[in-house]
Amino acid sequence: MLSAAMRDWLLSDTPHSRWQARAGRLYLGWLAFARNPLALLGLLILLLLIVMAIFAPWIAPHNPLFGALEDRLLPPSGEFLLGTDEQGRDIFSRIVYGARTTLYIVCLVAITAAPVGLIIGATAGYVGGWVETVLMRLTDAFLAFPKLILALAFAAALGAGLENAVLAIALTAWPPYARIARAETLSVRNSDYMAAARMTGAGPARILFGHIMPMCVPSLVVRVSLDMAGIILIAAGLGFLGLGVAPPQPEWGSMVSEGRAQILEQWWICTYPGIAICIVSLGFNLIGDGLRDVLDPRGA
Amino acid sequence: MISIQDLTVRFGEVRQQVTAVDGVSLDVAAGESFGLVGESGSGKSTILRAVAGLIDNWTGAISVDGRPVTRRRDRAFYRLVQMVFQDPFGSLHPKHTIDRILSEPLIVHRIADIENRVRAALDQVQLGARFRFRYPHQLSGGQRQRVAIARALILGPRLILLDEPTSALDVSIQAEILNLLSDIRQQSGVTYLLVSHDLGVVAHMCDRFAVMRQGKVVEVATRGDLATGSLSHAYSRQLLLASRGYDRAVIDAFADE
Repeated sequence: MLSAAMRDWLLSDTPHSRWQARAGRLYLGWLAFARNPLALLGLLILLLLIVMAIFAPWIAPHNPLFGALEDRLLPPSGEFLLGTDEQGRDIFSRIVYGARTTLYIVCLVAITAAPVGLIIGATAGYVGGWVETVLMRLTDAFLAFPKLILALAFAAALGAGLENAVLAIALTAWPPYARIARAETLSVRNSDYMAAARMTGAGPARILFGHIMPMCVPSLVVRVSLDMAGIILIAAGLGFLGLGVAPPQPEWGSMVSEGRAQILEQWWICTYPGIAICIVSLGFNLIGDGLRDVLDPRGA
Repeated sequence: MISIQDLTVRFGEVRQQVTAVDGVSLDVAAGESFGLVGESGSGKSTILRAVAGLIDNWTGAISVDGRPVTRRRDRAFYRLVQMVFQDPFGSLHPKHTIDRILSEPLIVHRIADIENRVRAALDQVQLGARFRFRYPHQLSGGQRQRVAIARALILGPRLILLDEPTSALDVSIQAEILNLLSDIRQQSGVTYLLVSHDLGVVAHMCDRFAVMRQGKVVEVATRGDLATGSLSHAYSRQLLLASRGYDRAVIDAFADE
């Protein structure tokens, strides 16, 4: 796949630049990840999801928002691969467009909840004292509620809509990250290399961001990728209960919900979106497992 | 260079307090190499950590270069005083390259010309430029300790605290590191405060040394005293005998207080 010269450059044990050292490290990580066939399967699923989301207008054979009433409730056929729903919309096209919603939710939750949890947890662990008490009791308060119930409450209070659903999920997703970040911080903060960092004269912000957070990131990345499946399920759950995406927009959870009245006669309406949710959740779980093997600081 | 008056360090809650260092006073002249010897738990490393500002539950007075130090150290203090830790596997950040480890102090102190200084520091500890972009796990113990020494030197400190700098290393590497440290002191005239449990290391490195036991200094002696064996305190003599190797008669003669 790679040329021999490229491989040698990446695996050199005497890199000549910062960039080469970093690239070599990434490549070693990739080699370890690629040794796990299930993790590769997970990556393949994620890539398919991304391709589907980007090229939705070219992949989807029909309009996902409006269907013809004479095509209502048709079973899977050559024309409608996965059948149609009660408004005559092609289910395959709606699943393809729904990939965008799913990806959008997952990405937004990951880039908001993970950094918030990381900063809160690392700060609590490093600063200690009353700051830690306040931050961690706040975290405990959020952790005390079941995730879905809390997300439901937020979504209901904020009103339906994609952005509010994302916000509601992010608000419930950060506390476990804060716990992990704090635990990692406590395990490294008394090490000699932290003492050495303090002896450079660096301030607390520099130590927190430059020295402590890099040690928290691997376990956090693993946890986030394992949580992705849960986030998709919560998003689907909110959609199912009508608190997610506004109606004509395709979203896998609300598609399952729309089909539940005809579940016995027109089984395809909720089955196929359900399978899509299942496959993508599985994919994220497999990626998370693979990443854990690569990144787990205790395994390496 | 450094003067310690009546330094006491206590750990733990009031009820079960441990006095790690108990009223220690020391004076080390500029350019001198001073040793602290004693068994594990005698408080020698704790003194270094108190001087370095890594623990703050100490009482007494410490002054470095004629200025008393406060509990909170400013950046100027760390240009004057640096430290080399015992375990080279634990004192280098596992996610930073050697380049980053050596640049970090320069960035914090806003010193320009990082490129050349990092290269010069690697040369000074006899590590070539080819080590520069490696990670610590790609280095041997001796090489890592050289990096740790380079990091301590890069700000041009006048006092270096050496906390058992060789005890985690192979015997063959120990001599290399000790010679490197001696060479550096000859070239730069830096002051060393060295902690060791090994009288051999202290004899090689230090002009004067203090023997510590249970948080107290029992004797301050010179390298000459060590060579002639004229140590006055019973515990120091025990330590000296022990350093000559295992001998059943000697061990049996030891008094355990």
